Amino acid sequence: MLKIKKGGVHPHDEKESTEHKKIETLPVPSKLFIPLRQHIGEPAVPVVKAGDMVKKGQVIAESPDGRATPVHSSTSGKVAEIGNYMHPLYGLSPCVVVESDGLDEWQENLLAERNWETLSNAEMIDIIFKNGIVGMGGAGFPTHIKLSPPKDKNIDTLIVNGAECEPYLTSDYRMMIEFPDEIIKGTLITMKILNVQTCYIGIEHNKPDAIKLMTEKCKGTSIQIVELETRYPQGAEKMMIKVITGREVPSGKLPMDVGCAVQNIGTLKAITEAVEKNIPLIERVVTVAGKTVKDPKNLMVKLGTPFKEMFEYCGGFIAPNGKIIMGGPMMGMAQVNLESVVIKAASGIVSIADNDVDYQPEKACIRCGRCVEVCTMGLRPNILSILSEKGQHQTAQTDYDLMDCVECGCCYYVCPSRRNIVHYIRQSKAKNAMLRAAAKTGSK
Amino acid sequence: MDPKDNKVNQTPEKLIVTSSPHVHDTESVTKIMWIVNLTLLPAAVFSVINFGLPALVTMLLCIAGSVAFEAAIQYWRKKEITVSDGSAVLTGLLMAMCLPPSIPWYIPLVGSFAAIGIAKHTMGGLGHNIFNPAHIGRAFVMASYPVAMTTWAVTRIGKEGDFSGAMGKIASLDVVTGATPLGILKQQGYQALVDSFGSQAAMYKALLIGNRGGSLGETSAILLIIGGLILIAKKYIKWQVPVVMIGTVGILTWILGGKVDGKLVLFTGDPILHMISGGLIIGAFFMATDMVTTPITTKGQIIFAVGCGVITVLIRLYGGYPEGVCYSILLMNAVTPLIDRYVYPKKFGSIPEPAKRR
Repeated sequence: MLKIKKGGVHPHDEKESTEHKKIETLPVPSKLFIPLRQHIGEPAVPVVKAGDMVKKGQVIAESPDGRATPVHSSTSGKVAEIGNYMHPLYGLSPCVVVESDGLDEWQENLLAERNWETLSNAEMIDIIFKNGIVGMGGAGFPTHIKLSPPKDKNIDTLIVNGAECEPYLTSDYRMMIEFPDEIIKGTLITMKILNVQTCYIGIEHNKPDAIKLMTEKCKGTSIQIVELETRYPQGAEKMMIKVITGREVPSGKLPMDVGCAVQNIGTLKAITEAVEKNIPLIERVVTVAGKTVKDPKNLMVKLGTPFKEMFEYCGGFIAPNGKIIMGGPMMGMAQVNLESVVIKAASGIVSIADNDVDYQPEKACIRCGRCVEVCTMGLRPNILSILSEKGQHQTAQTDYDLMDCVECGCCYYVCPSRRNIVHYIRQSKAKNAMLRAAAKTGSK
Repeated sequence: MDPKDNKVNQTPEKLIVTSSPHVHDTESVTKIMWIVNLTLLPAAVFSVINFGLPALVTMLLCIAGSVAFEAAIQYWRKKEITVSDGSAVLTGLLMAMCLPPSIPWYIPLVGSFAAIGIAKHTMGGLGHNIFNPAHIGRAFVMASYPVAMTTWAVTRIGKEGDFSGAMGKIASLDVVTGATPLGILKQQGYQALVDSFGSQAAMYKALLIGNRGGSLGETSAILLIIGGLILIAKKYIKWQVPVVMIGTVGILTWILGGKVDGKLVLFTGDPILHMISGGLIIGAFFMATDMVTTPITTKGQIIFAVGCGVITVLIRLYGGYPEGVCYSILLMNAVTPLIDRYVYPKKFGSIPEPAKRR
């Protein structure tokens, strides 16, 4: 079993409420609000207008630049409008509103039967791009870009991230249990595209069933299953690479600079479906959990489904909510209301009960050093938070490696003074970005 | 954009929006401070048995003084009054434990003012002080009242560890004065010290149990070590700090502490005597591990502990005072920012080039 060498925390994983429940399919809601921006990069450009009839899987927004990914309709129905609705990450953002006709009909001639082994790499990357696949672990980085590294980068190892180290989330785990063949096929496809011979699937120790099943299924392939200690933030890309290969991604560099590529479980399943059946990315598995949810579940949900519908399907709430979070409680985004919708990178929706919200006021740093101990990046979060408090954002960047922070949140988790260190760090990063932008326009 | 603002005026029907993370472990400053207070309690109770009511009066005056000065200063500065977090109580208690058991009533109050007013609040309050407030308080009254501060009450517990006599006299305010072991060592030498206890074994036993003269809370090595072990188990302090500090003192006094006919003979010192006498145990477990005034990293804390040990030995063997733990820790407090500047964790991604496959 491999471990993080230094740092990290072990919050209670809270996975027992959903980990043994089969994935259920959420009935198609009457209205879907499909955001145009579900990836890192420019928003997609809509190619439909209000009043158009669309089919399931039909392209409703195209990539403006070949980097951003296209967006597809998640069901069949009528485009009601293109307007601003709640996006879980960016607030009010342009969405295509599709009124379901209840038929959920595929676009004609869309689906295909293909054998990936007969396809060329360029063909497969094009298929992946056209089907709108992005990294489904949380960042939403377009997969076709990840799979076309620059010529001078020599990638020799593929790492599949099945760590799922965030509390509550079990969607990756359920996918490994219910769709192991798709995931392994997606892994093989990715290995072929990247031309790598070595592949590890890293799974945390608290998912023994998944480790056993995947080990059995991977027999006869060059894929190796690696058992990892249960520790947050092991699923962070850089940690995963370090733990499994011993390589450290240098500051400011990408995994490909140390010859690695990391893929998420959900992404691999989506790759298989796109390559073999030409199914675009229009739905995903989302964990709906939290202490206030009556019947927590893993749901197969159409992209663009409002959170409200999902909570209703799970029996509603049994206690007052404090926070609703998209993603896990360590790194997820707190939501303003339940109108927010599921996007490609939403792995879970977690509710935090009102009486579990930490209302304790922030105090001064008492220099206990716990944040320094848990910081896997080897930073000094205590000093970063104080510099940000004092407005010395530049010093934080030049002398204290501000930009290396991955915002995993371990420092806040252990801080006895309840200092929201991650918030301070984000503030510094944002202030510095504004300064850089101002300097750029000033010099022009 | 202040993170604190986001949490106010939210009714449960509305959702709270804050930056991640959204979960926290159960530790807090208040909890840490009160647990440290509790771990000191056995030694504090023992001091009352050992030295009687005057010890209790001194302790209560120190604690009351610290809490009152903290509240008054925070009220005056229109800051939130935070005496309930236990840090002022801890400062008062720690300072009391480093004072002689029986001193005039005003000395604890002057000491509390120096500790809380000067050492803590002129720097900005909890978390900002450079020097350990309890030790500043002690150093302040040491310089101000040298005679009272070197007048030591003798133990009321019998030589054989007989508690019954002490229990009978616990409510009495009578004080019989005597010398501390390190005082005898400094003035009369090692043989006189052993003779004063009867035998070497009796001396070690007395030092461990605590039926000897000294500052009121520092005498019982065993109870202090038990308290310290609890702190180590709770991960509030690191075992490296007390081990390294006490070890440094032991090794150096073994090398340099032995004298035959007034001449130094190397490697003949009595390390055990030095390791369990004076304020070393309380200093190493409770003062050199103070979070605020010691380095952040474990490596830095080890350097700090070595420095404390070396300075303690220098003062004990070559300085004017019989005991040097207080000053050694204060001096190393002054070096802490420097240590933190040069000793920091290795940044992730600084392994030059990769490629070692597992």
